Amino acid sequence: MGINEDHKRFNEIVKGRIKEDFKKYITHEEMVGKSENDYVKIPVSKIKIPKFVYGAKNSGGVGQGEGQEGQKAPGQGEEAGDAPGEHTLEVEIEIEELAEILGQELELPRIQPKSANKIESFENKYNSVSDQGPKGLHHFKKTYKQALQRSISNGTYNPSDPIVIPVKRDFRYKAAKKVSKPATNAVVIYMMDVSGSMGEAQKKIVRMESFWINTWLKYNYKGLENRFIIHDAAAKEVDEKTFFNTSESGGTLISSAYKKALEIIDKDYSGDQWNIYLFHFSDGDNWSNDDTVLCKEIIKKEFTPKVNLFGYGQVESKYGSGQFIKDIKDDFSDNEVVVCSPIKDKSEIVRSIKDFLGKGK
Amino acid sequence: MNSLSKELQEEQRKIEMLAKSLGLDFFDSVFEMVNYKEMNQIAAYGGFPVRYPHWKFGMDYDSLSKSYEYGLSKIYELVINNDPCYAYLLEGNSFLDQKLVMAHVYGHCDFFKNNKWFSKTNRKMMDEMANHATRIRRYIDLYGLTKVESFIDTCLSLDNLIDRHAPYTEDKFELIKPKADVSVLPVEAKKDYLENYIQNFDPSGKNNFKAPKEYHAEKDILKFLLSHAPLENWQQDILDILRDEAYYFAPQGMTKIMNEGWASYWHAKMMTEHLCSDSEIVCFCDTHSGTMAMSPNGFNPYKIGIEIFRDVERRWDKGQFGLDWLTCEDQKEKANWDTGAGLGKQKIFEVRRDYNDVMFIDNFLTEEFCVENKFFVYKFNKQKNAFEIDTKDFAAIKAKLLFQLTNFGQPIIQAVDANFENRGELLLTHLYEGVELQPDYMNETLTRVCELWKRPVALATVLDKEPCLVVHNGTEVDIKKLKSM
Repeated sequence: MGINEDHKRFNEIVKGRIKEDFKKYITHEEMVGKSENDYVKIPVSKIKIPKFVYGAKNSGGVGQGEGQEGQKAPGQGEEAGDAPGEHTLEVEIEIEELAEILGQELELPRIQPKSANKIESFENKYNSVSDQGPKGLHHFKKTYKQALQRSISNGTYNPSDPIVIPVKRDFRYKAAKKVSKPATNAVVIYMMDVSGSMGEAQKKIVRMESFWINTWLKYNYKGLENRFIIHDAAAKEVDEKTFFNTSESGGTLISSAYKKALEIIDKDYSGDQWNIYLFHFSDGDNWSNDDTVLCKEIIKKEFTPKVNLFGYGQVESKYGSGQFIKDIKDDFSDNEVVVCSPIKDKSEIVRSIKDFLGKGK
Repeated sequence: MNSLSKELQEEQRKIEMLAKSLGLDFFDSVFEMVNYKEMNQIAAYGGFPVRYPHWKFGMDYDSLSKSYEYGLSKIYELVINNDPCYAYLLEGNSFLDQKLVMAHVYGHCDFFKNNKWFSKTNRKMMDEMANHATRIRRYIDLYGLTKVESFIDTCLSLDNLIDRHAPYTEDKFELIKPKADVSVLPVEAKKDYLENYIQNFDPSGKNNFKAPKEYHAEKDILKFLLSHAPLENWQQDILDILRDEAYYFAPQGMTKIMNEGWASYWHAKMMTEHLCSDSEIVCFCDTHSGTMAMSPNGFNPYKIGIEIFRDVERRWDKGQFGLDWLTCEDQKEKANWDTGAGLGKQKIFEVRRDYNDVMFIDNFLTEEFCVENKFFVYKFNKQKNAFEIDTKDFAAIKAKLLFQLTNFGQPIIQAVDANFENRGELLLTHLYEGVELQPDYMNETLTRVCELWKRPVALATVLDKEPCLVVHNGTEVDIKKLKSM
């Protein structure tokens, strides 16, 4: 009853809209990188009830402030909206829910982890009470209850002067219990070509695509780790911000990135409890044929046995030759682990995500 | 929801006595203390604790809660036009703020009871709203949420299409409740309506368009649809409910400036002259000036209202009215004009009784006030894609303000013919006054009228400075230029 019901209904309607227009949102730059912890903020145009009204641009109005005739009216906004009160509504949606919608809309299968239930991790859960503990975990309410109980039972409690003073044995503390839970560990290593031929538009595509891939993987693996590698002729590991914002120039040695990835895997993610995902985005221009051969070697000998998925996304740019994808495709067409996906422009992102994640690996 | 604390109850009694002694006259007032969640809920429900279920309220609640949580806005008080008057105070406000709000509320209560434009409103609306909610819930149980909700959506699109002046001309307002089975009742077709329209039409909008007198036109489109549209019983009932509520809220829109101005006038008077202790006065001024602050985008009804009421009081106290005053040319004499008439108080009570915002602004807005507050008229510049200052001329400002207030800033649409072109189609006309309708909204709204009418609907209006007939057949829009016809 009441407003909660209406609020819930409103949220349902908003989420229905998000679902309806989901494919539109995938290429929505605004939401990418707007994730905060477990929430993503999606700008949705405000739901409105259409009426016969005057257009704001047609009618104008009375305002107030400094300025001369012909100057910009203060307080009327930079860009005039077309409709009166056309604001966007920022809807917070859980990553989980978003991933669910993504999964439904793109018909993605759930990922089968490589080594589910193999190891267990332990976690402290503070859900019990103990009579001993550090001061920082002092449970005020329970302590007060104990003291109140004691003072009532021994008759010192005076209702007209209800002062309760706890003694040492009244004190209660929050206490931890160890909870075991099966863990699946997963890491995604993103690699991107930042050589001169990769322009802003190409990087935007990479950014959007990796956001969605990450959302889906995060939904499938709790505690997903991300690593980022950029490369031109040499590779280096960087943080997320740098990954999306660097533009270097120069030649391209793809093998350098692969070697770097291998190094990370061997150092931090060896052993078979790790689900490893590699994504490499490039415009397909490699320095030399020899290097391509070397890349193939690494993929075949090193990546294939170690990783769940090696995704190669080739973004079309007017400078790159786009040769690399052909080279790998021929060699690894029967390899389940290697997935190649050409991405012509923004509109192909949806398809490309499906290419990568459609196998449930 | 709680009743007031002892201290506040005492204060309330004090304020009530004071208000009465100052000449205010109001229904019994019931104050309740609510927390911010309850306050937001009540505000989303338009001041009522119970409304029919609809997502629109959830949307308003969402934005109110968010702006409260981010510290952008806070509702101090809510008061309902009802007998008894219900007012809600926000828990956690300072004692001083609560006093101020109570004094303010008595101003509103007095206004609700005595202003003529409220005289036709249902004073038991609190109960009525609850009944509406029950009825609509029953329909939801019977016909399902989606069906009822989408019908309400449709009706809400049209709820500004009422005749705001109808309640005051008795014969027109009373709705002849249609019988259960209504089909389209063809209204006698008139063939000359378009001719009339074109003859009177002036695209520049400079000469006011005069509605042709000959045909019967109905401004209360909701009433028209209730009587003539093929609706099921439950649909009729819901449309009737929403029409009822629209009429209940209409006077509040018509008197926004006056109502707030009146309440502010009295809270300021009561607080500064009687209620504030020495230690409280600075805090009072802080809060008061916060509410009175004019924001750059648009105007603050509190401020305009209170200033005009004070100005009127001053002028009538000094006798600055009437023929002598108006014909006086001598600025010096005008500046020192004081006949000691002392009619100020009497006059403001008279104004509060008889006026609405349009009359209020028309009669009492002064050039000095506009200059002092740096008013201007703005318009949209297509080249710059921005709003820019058009003029600072007093007459233009006043005209614009009045235009915004007339019909509560809503376009006037009339239902003209229920058997348009002898095909049972509905013809609506927009009384063009120089401002065009928002086209995308117009199309969507027409779709919704079609849903109710179940036949094509035509709207005669002006688009891109040309008279048009917009015909909507339920799925698509066809725009015909009227000149070629």
